[in-house]
Amino acid sequence: MRWLRRNLLGIVAIAVLVYLFVPIAVISVLSFNKPAGKYNLSWNEFSLDGWTNLCGVPGVCSSFVTSIQIGIISTIVATILGTMIAFALVRYRFRGRSTTNLLIFMPMATPEVVMGASLLALFLNLRFPLGQMTVIIAHIMFIISFVVVTVKARLQGMDPRLEEAARDLYADSRGVFRYVTFPLVLPGILGAALLGFSLSFDDFIISFFNAGTLVTFPIYIWGAAQRGIPVQVNALATIVFLVALGVVLTSQFVGYRRRRALERAPIAMDTMSRS
Amino acid sequence: MVAVVPTPRAAAAPVAQRSSRTGYLLLFPGIAWLGIFFAIPFVTLFMTSLQQPVPGKSGSYMFGLQFSNYVTAMSEYWPLFVRSFIYAGIATLLALAIAYPLAYFIAFRAGNWRSLMLVLVIAPSFASFLLRTYAWKTILSDEGIITTTLNSLHLLPDDRILNTGIAVIAGLTYNFLPFMILPLYAALEKIDPRLIEAAGDLYASPQKAFRKVTWPLSLPGVVAGTLLTFIPAAGDYINAALLGSTGDRMIGNAIQINFIQFRDYPTASALSFVLMAAILALVFTYIRRAGTEDLV
Amino acid sequence: MVDAARTVQDLHLRNLTKKFGDFVAVDDLTLTIPAGSFFALLGASGCGKTTTLRMVAGLEDPTDGTISIGDQDITRLRAFQRPVNTVFQSYALFPHLDIFENVAFGLRRRGVKDVKPTVERMLDLVELGSMARRKPSQLSGGQQQRVAVARALINQPDVLLLDEPLGALDLKLRRQMQIELKRIQVEVGTTFVHVTHDQEEAMTMADTVAVMNNGRIEQLGHPADIYETPRTVFVANFLGQSNLIVGRRAGSSGDSTLVEAHGQTYAVPSDRCFSSTSDVTVGVRPEKITVLDSVDADKVPDGNNRLNGRVTDVSYTGVSTQYLVEAPWGQELIVFEQNVVVGDRCEVGDQVVLHWAPSHTFGLDSAGGTNSGVDPDVVEAEKATARLLSDGAEA
Repeated sequence: MRWLRRNLLGIVAIAVLVYLFVPIAVISVLSFNKPAGKYNLSWNEFSLDGWTNLCGVPGVCSSFVTSIQIGIISTIVATILGTMIAFALVRYRFRGRSTTNLLIFMPMATPEVVMGASLLALFLNLRFPLGQMTVIIAHIMFIISFVVVTVKARLQGMDPRLEEAARDLYADSRGVFRYVTFPLVLPGILGAALLGFSLSFDDFIISFFNAGTLVTFPIYIWGAAQRGIPVQVNALATIVFLVALGVVLTSQFVGYRRRRALERAPIAMDTMSRS
Repeated sequence: MVAVVPTPRAAAAPVAQRSSRTGYLLLFPGIAWLGIFFAIPFVTLFMTSLQQPVPGKSGSYMFGLQFSNYVTAMSEYWPLFVRSFIYAGIATLLALAIAYPLAYFIAFRAGNWRSLMLVLVIAPSFASFLLRTYAWKTILSDEGIITTTLNSLHLLPDDRILNTGIAVIAGLTYNFLPFMILPLYAALEKIDPRLIEAAGDLYASPQKAFRKVTWPLSLPGVVAGTLLTFIPAAGDYINAALLGSTGDRMIGNAIQINFIQFRDYPTASALSFVLMAAILALVFTYIRRAGTEDLV
Repeated sequence: MVDAARTVQDLHLRNLTKKFGDFVAVDDLTLTIPAGSFFALLGASGCGKTTTLRMVAGLEDPTDGTISIGDQDITRLRAFQRPVNTVFQSYALFPHLDIFENVAFGLRRRGVKDVKPTVERMLDLVELGSMARRKPSQLSGGQQQRVAVARALINQPDVLLLDEPLGALDLKLRRQMQIELKRIQVEVGTTFVHVTHDQEEAMTMADTVAVMNNGRIEQLGHPADIYETPRTVFVANFLGQSNLIVGRRAGSSGDSTLVEAHGQTYAVPSDRCFSSTSDVTVGVRPEKITVLDSVDADKVPDGNNRLNGRVTDVSYTGVSTQYLVEAPWGQELIVFEQNVVVGDRCEVGDQVVLHWAPSHTFGLDSAGGTNSGVDPDVVEAEKATARLLSDGAEA
């Protein structure tokens, strides 16, 4: 009984984690399902159809590829723009700082419906054709803020003395950036890019409002939700999940191994042998 | 002997502080993008909300100052506003209750497992948001374990979960849970555990220590988490569409249907604008009351 | 390591000023640091010593004044153009580079092609040859510090600047590194400018010490000179400890100035008296004072300065005994006596006579009060304790 009370917090914590993963499990399990009717909602019988025939259903693979394309382009542009802003915010003086901060913060605090709707209103009024272009524009717009926040944090966490040391050691401005600043910020930039890509790939609402007739992967799923979601979708989603999880876990593991190597490395005595 | 230190001749240009000009150059592209595609659309949204129908051409709209659009839109859809805020509010509170123990555990008790647990918190977000919500249709189905168990305990007013408000709220809570966990964790992680020890040394029971020390210090995380949960939840319509019935429609559904299906742009824009304004008002009063530091 | 063909030159700071808004961090500083010397800038935090160092390094722009090495004016040169290197307080080792690349950094930026032999030789000099491929985070504090020194010295700068480099090390290691740095400086012959708030460290390592206060130099000289002959109250208090008695000039006798305070007259050699007004603060270091029982008052040598008092505290520190003696006018004086004779100590309450040689006395300007140079926290604590005690006495 006392064991329960002491470990109650841990039990609750694990329970919450399990709660987070239940739908993932359902998605993956149902990818091995052969639905009885149109809808893949309950287990019928085991089948590998979803996996062996990934592109069997028309629209699934094309929308998947579309989402990847859009993701790559949006991420690259947004990462570049966002990183530039982050550097400006942390390293330079300029007027209108609070307005800039507001403009960057607002997209993260705005409901997607409103952002999607207002962009649609803009495109409609300009009679700008809806399609891949508008989706990419929209994605870049909302990814920038996340990139700024991520890179800014990384930049601010950097010891300013390191750049001073580089200057002290004969590096000019370009050298300081190239040999010290950039290598140290790079992990933050990469992390921001990964975050941006995942936001873009999984985005539905903003894309839906601005895609016109274009079908991204989430838009396909939404459309299919009425007619019955093909098993292949579950399989693809599981693949994406596993790949993303793999990437994150690998980077964590690499960091872990590095830390363990530190602990095991023999540290020589501090005393110098000469008198 | 290796190279000698360079001996530069006198007077190079005076050392400049970080020039503002480079700063502006760096800022410009990104800020311009946000200005054009985030800020200006709000203006066009507002203008669209005031448009009036083209006489003779139904379905077409032209520039106008028809403020009555707001009145029409609100009189028809105000219940959805109320419902959205209620659902989002309940979901936020539930998320807070569920997230706090996990965040606390990761911050104070997880030790070396910390990073792994944080990965596990974010990991579900890698799977499609739509599919995850759709999965709840399976989990909460009428024949599923959860529904039948709760039914046998006579806890369900409608004898079902799916296609009721309960399912929608459950979906909202689930979907935005990581947005509550991470800020909470970030704030809790900053708390020096010795403060809690000090409280104990000064005769506080664990519950008192939590109320007087931990909870107040975690407030910035609570504020951030509730905002990051409530705001998207209030505007969400996917949960309502997939898990609720026609009686559970939220304001997001109305905006979507008016834009995409009815093509009633003025109404849809008016609703969006009111939603945005309401949320902004809520955010600013909340922040002013709770007091946070730099949010970006 | 020394390039015989290169002559190091003096470092000149002329009218160097730095203002941050209204705050004057460095106030019209003029200073010559002799080539090849070990020079210490000593002062409390906020006195401007680090700002001065950063201006020499090129990391901070002076508001006014010039910096030159020999005839070469380097004031307008940017940091990477100056033949000056810095050892930073927190070492500032590049975390993403291994030790080899850290040390080689300056050489590479200057375009040196084959860095390997020089770097390896440098690492051997600081006994870190086996660590070449480790990352800074894998090294201990002392090792990181040595890397920082190696990284700077390998560039053979005209001046090496050290910004409190030993602050993060524990006591024993610090002592060792003090000796090591001194030895390296002598061997390499580079001018070292060492900034610190630790007066023992400054006096141990440096040939010349400059005591800084509020952006100005209070006094400059050989450690022994400025310790034995402080010229301001600040220096008297900041370097070691002093007993300061405020008095008035009362004429002279031979080459001594006479100062009268609380009914007693003290002789101060005129060349050790730095007050130009009629107010003179008499000072003497605690270790220069001898304590005698009152009954032995006749044993006080003729000509010595003396005063009576009552012992209020005795602290035995092994090497010495520290007495607090209350003078008739209430002031508490400190005395350090080496425990040469075992067992011979006064006790609390004893009536004693303190005496010391006039040649150990110094006379200072009274302006600024007697607390200048004392750690403000110490002053606060003393006041608070006194209040507590007097309250307790009343209760």
